[in-house]
Amino acid sequence: MAKDEISGKEFKWIGTTPDRPDGLDKVTGRARYGADFNLPNMLYAAVVRSPHAHARIVKIDASKALALKGVKAVVTRADLPTGLTGEDLYLQENTLAGEKALYDGHAVAAVAATSQLLAHDAAQLIEVEYEVLPHVTDVDKAMAKDAPVILPGCADHSVPEGSAPNVARMIEFGRGDLAAGYAEADLVREGHYTTEATHQGYIEPHAAVGQMGSDGKGEMWVCTQGQWYIRKMCSAVLGTDPAQLRVTPSEIGGGFGGKTTIFMEPLPLALSKKAGGRPVKLVMSRAEVLRATGPTASASMDVKMGMKRDGTITGAEVNFRMQGGPFPGASPVGEALSCAFACYDIANLNHVGWEVLANRPKCAAYRAPGSPMAAYAVESLVDELCRELDLDPIEVRLKNGVKEGVRASYGPKFKKIGLAETLEAAKAHPNYAAPLGPNQGRGVASGFWFNHGGETSVSLAVSEDGTAQVSVGTPDIGGSRASIALMAAETLGIAYENVRVNIVETGALGVNEPTHGSRATFASGKAMWEAAQGAIKEMCKRAAQKWDIDPEAVTWKDGAAWPAGDNAGKFEPLSIKEIAGEMGKTGGPISGHHESTPSGAGPSFGTHVVDVEVDPETGRVTVLRYLVTQDAGRAIHPQYVEGQYQGGAAQGIGWALNEGYIYGEDGRLQNTVFLDYRVPVASDLPMIDTVIVEVPNPGHPFGVRGVGETGITPPLPAIANAIHAATGARLRALPMNPPAVLAAIKAKG
Amino acid sequence: MRYHAPATFDEAIAIAAGASGVTRYLAGGTDVLVQLRAGMVTPDDLIDLKKIPGTHDITRLPDGGWRIGIAVSGAELGAHAELVADWPGVVEGMELVGSTQVQGRATLTGNLCNGSPAADSVPGLVAAGATVTIQGPNGTRELPVEQVPVKPGKTALEPGEIITAITLPARGKSAGDAYLRFIPRTEMDIAVVGCAVSLVLDGDKVTAARISLGAVAPTVLLVQDCADAIIGTTLDDAALDKLAAAASAAAKPISDKRGPKEFRVDVAGVLARRAAKIAYERAKA
Repeated sequence: MAKDEISGKEFKWIGTTPDRPDGLDKVTGRARYGADFNLPNMLYAAVVRSPHAHARIVKIDASKALALKGVKAVVTRADLPTGLTGEDLYLQENTLAGEKALYDGHAVAAVAATSQLLAHDAAQLIEVEYEVLPHVTDVDKAMAKDAPVILPGCADHSVPEGSAPNVARMIEFGRGDLAAGYAEADLVREGHYTTEATHQGYIEPHAAVGQMGSDGKGEMWVCTQGQWYIRKMCSAVLGTDPAQLRVTPSEIGGGFGGKTTIFMEPLPLALSKKAGGRPVKLVMSRAEVLRATGPTASASMDVKMGMKRDGTITGAEVNFRMQGGPFPGASPVGEALSCAFACYDIANLNHVGWEVLANRPKCAAYRAPGSPMAAYAVESLVDELCRELDLDPIEVRLKNGVKEGVRASYGPKFKKIGLAETLEAAKAHPNYAAPLGPNQGRGVASGFWFNHGGETSVSLAVSEDGTAQVSVGTPDIGGSRASIALMAAETLGIAYENVRVNIVETGALGVNEPTHGSRATFASGKAMWEAAQGAIKEMCKRAAQKWDIDPEAVTWKDGAAWPAGDNAGKFEPLSIKEIAGEMGKTGGPISGHHESTPSGAGPSFGTHVVDVEVDPETGRVTVLRYLVTQDAGRAIHPQYVEGQYQGGAAQGIGWALNEGYIYGEDGRLQNTVFLDYRVPVASDLPMIDTVIVEVPNPGHPFGVRGVGETGITPPLPAIANAIHAATGARLRALPMNPPAVLAAIKAKG
Repeated sequence: MRYHAPATFDEAIAIAAGASGVTRYLAGGTDVLVQLRAGMVTPDDLIDLKKIPGTHDITRLPDGGWRIGIAVSGAELGAHAELVADWPGVVEGMELVGSTQVQGRATLTGNLCNGSPAADSVPGLVAAGATVTIQGPNGTRELPVEQVPVKPGKTALEPGEIITAITLPARGKSAGDAYLRFIPRTEMDIAVVGCAVSLVLDGDKVTAARISLGAVAPTVLLVQDCADAIIGTTLDDAALDKLAAAASAAAKPISDKRGPKEFRVDVAGVLARRAAKIAYERAKA
C-alpha cells in the first residue's frame, strides 16, 4: 500500500490498479468516437485540397458541384470573415487557403451533400485553377536567402536584419563564459544532427459533426483534446461568438498533442450555416490526416560541448533550426532550446534557435514538442564524449545531472526532482548488466519535460446515494478518468466504483485548456481535490447542524463526518450516504467546484536503456531490450503510468528507426498511408520494461507529476547510441532506417 | 458499377467479353476493394469469381503436382500440411501478405494479377516453376507464372481472359524452397527486396535450381545466373558468394520511398545467400 509522504497516512486507493472506467465501452465497441456521432438530417462533407506545395489560387469554380442534386453547400475562403490577425489569421489560412495554397494537402474548398459518396464526387467537380510557384520543404534550404518566399514579412522583431526571408523568429539565451568553459575542458566536440518530421500517428482520424444556424448559435461534437480550444479557435476563424458555440468532445482514439488545435473543424460549421443549419459531418481520411494536420517540425541542429577527463561538462551550446510549416509560431524551437540541456548542471551555456517557414503542414504539438529533437542532438554528443573519454554514460549523467536547488539551463531553480533517482534505477536494473552478443550494443539517454498547469475548472457533485460525480474538462487520452476517480475516492473516503468522472462539454464548466503538457491528472486532479474540499466542508457543516455543534468541530475521515475530538461532543459518525440522503432537506444539493491556473507542475525526468542488434548486412535494427525509468512523482494508477512510459518509448522508437515525412522533388508528400509511413507494429517491439520512480511533487496534494511526454524524449538518442555501440557507426540523421544504417556501416569501412 | 457473381468460368468470361468499361475480377478483394475505397479505380463491372465451384480447392494431381483454386486464401494454403511440406517457400511467401485478417481473404492469383513487382507470393511461384491456366473467349492456355506480369499493374491477360487455377509441379525427392523478403519492420509492410530459391539435391550437390527476385525490377525476375552459380556445387562459401554477386548484378531497382537503389542491389545478394541456405537445409531434411 502506498503511503502519503506529505501527510504520513497510508493510501487506500492511490497506487492501486482497478479496471478502467472506459474499459468495457472500449472493448465492446460501445465507446463513441468522433466518427460515430450522427444526427437526423445530417449532411456529409468532403474537402478539396491543393495538389501543389506552393501555388497561387487563380480561380475556384464550384458551379458543376453545386449543380449536382443533393449538394447543399460549398465554402471557400470567400465565405470567411476578413481582417483577422496573428494566430487567428494563421488558423483561418490553414482552415482554407486564401491567395495561395501553402503546402501539399492545404484545404482550398469544402462541400456538403446528402451522402458521403456524393460529397466526394462533388469535391472532384470543384475546379481550382492554380499558378504553381517554386516551393521549399527542407529546413536548411528554407533558410537560404534565395529560397522561395512563403509569407512575405513573416519576421518578428527578434530576427536580425538581413536574415533570409523565411526566418520568422530568432531566440538566444545563455549564461556564463563559453570560451572559458571550453578552455577548462579536456575534450571539446561538436556535431551536426538532423531529424525528419514525424506524425503523432493517432489511430483515430479527425472527425466532427457541426451544426450552426443563421443566428450564429452552434453545436459541435468532435474528437479533440480540448473542447474549449475548439470553441475559441472555430469562433475566431468564423467570426462568431464563442459563447454561442457548444462543443462536446467524443471519446478519443489518440491525440499526443495533435488534437489540441483545429484543422478542418470550422468547415462543418461553415457548411452547416450555408446549408440552412443542417448538421454536417466531416471525417478525415488517413491521407488527409498525414498531409494536412499537424506533424512535428523537422530540425537541423548543431551542438558543441566541452568535457573534462573526469566527466564534468564545462560548457555547451546549441544552434537549432526548425521549420514548423508555412506560418510563424508553430515550430517548437523555443521548447527545444529550453529542453536541450535541462538534464545538466552546466555553468557556461548558449542557445540559439531559428524558426523557419516551409511548404509543409502547420506543425502541432507532438508529445514533449521540441524535446526529442534536442535530446537526439545533445544526448548523442554526450555519448560521443563519454566514449572518447572512456566514461560510463550513467556516471557522467549522475555527475552533471540537475537536482533540487540547481538553476535550470532555461532559467528557474528546480524544486524537488528525480533525475538522479531515474539514473540510479537504470543502473540497478538487470537490463543494464545483461550480457551482449555479437552485433549488439547498449545505449543510454536521459530526457526531460517541463509539465504544465494551465487553466482548469472542475466541479464535484455528491449524489443522493452518497456517490460522487466529477465533471472535468480535460479529455481522457491517457487514463485521467481512472486517476481522477482514484484521487476522488481517496479524498472523499468512498469506493472507487462510487466515483464517476465525466468529461463534459463547454456548456457545463468554466474554461479549461486542453489535455496538453501532461497536465490532466496533475491539474484536473488538483482542482478535483480542491473541489472535494468544498464539498467536504459543506458535509461537515450539515453534520454540525444536525449535532448542533460548531462546524469547525467536525472533521472528515473515511467517508464520514466525525466530531473533531472529545470536546466536540459524543456523536456517531455521519456517513456521506446519510448526509447525502437528506441533503435536500438540510440545505440543498452538495457540491464543490474549483477554478484556477495551478502552478507547481513539477517536471518529470527519465532515463532509458536500450539494447539493439544490428544486421551488419542489411542495416536492420532489432530492439532486444528496452528499459524506461521515469519519475512519476506519485503513480496514482501505476498501470496507466507504465502505459504512458511504454507508449512514449514506442513512439520514440518509431521516430528513431523508420518514421518520417518523405517529400518528392515536387514538394508533395509521398507516404500518405500507414503502409509507407512506418510506425512500429506490435511485433517490432519487445516488452518495454518500466521502473516507476516516485519523487513526490510538492506542488500537488498527492505528489503527482505529469508522465505523458518525457518518455518520447530519450529513445531517439538512446537508440543512436546503441547502434553506435553495436556497429561503431554514428548516425546523426533520423530516421536511422536500414538503408541509412547500412550506408553508415559501409562508410566506416 | 455492376456486381456479377457468375457460377461458372464460361459465364464469367461471357460477362467480361460483353463489358466495355473498366472491369475488375474479385476474389479476396484485398487489392480491388482497397483501390475502390481509395478512389484509385471505380470499375464498371465487378466480377466475383469465388462463387464458382472448385475455386476454393487445393488438389493433388496424378503426377504429384498441385492445383490451387483461384479463391484459396493464404490462411487455407498455410493450413494444408501436405502442400506446406512440398512447397514451404511458396506458402511462406503467400503468408507474408498482409495481416491475419487479410490472410483470411487474400489469394495467390489475386496477388499475381495485381501486377506488383513487390508481390510476396510471386517469387516463390516463379522459383517453383508454377504455371497458370488461362481461359478466355478463344479457349484455354497455360503460361509460366513469370510471364504473367508484364509491367507494374499490368498482366499478359487479354481482355476477357481469366486465370482459372495455378499449378505447382511435383516436388520430388531431396528438394526444397524458401522465400525471404526484406522490410524495415517485422509485419504489415511491403517488400523492399524479395528472393525465392528452389533447388534439388543429389547427395550434397545441387543438381537443379530456380532463383527469383522481387521488387528489384518492373516485374519479378527469374535469374539464370543465380541458378548457374550454385548448380553443381555443395552450396559452399564460394558458391554463395557467386550467387550473391549474381543476384546483385541482376537487380535493376529504382530508388523510391521504400528504399534506395544501392540498398536494394546489396540486399538482393544478401537475401539470395540466406534463402539458398534455407532451401538447402529443407532439401536435406
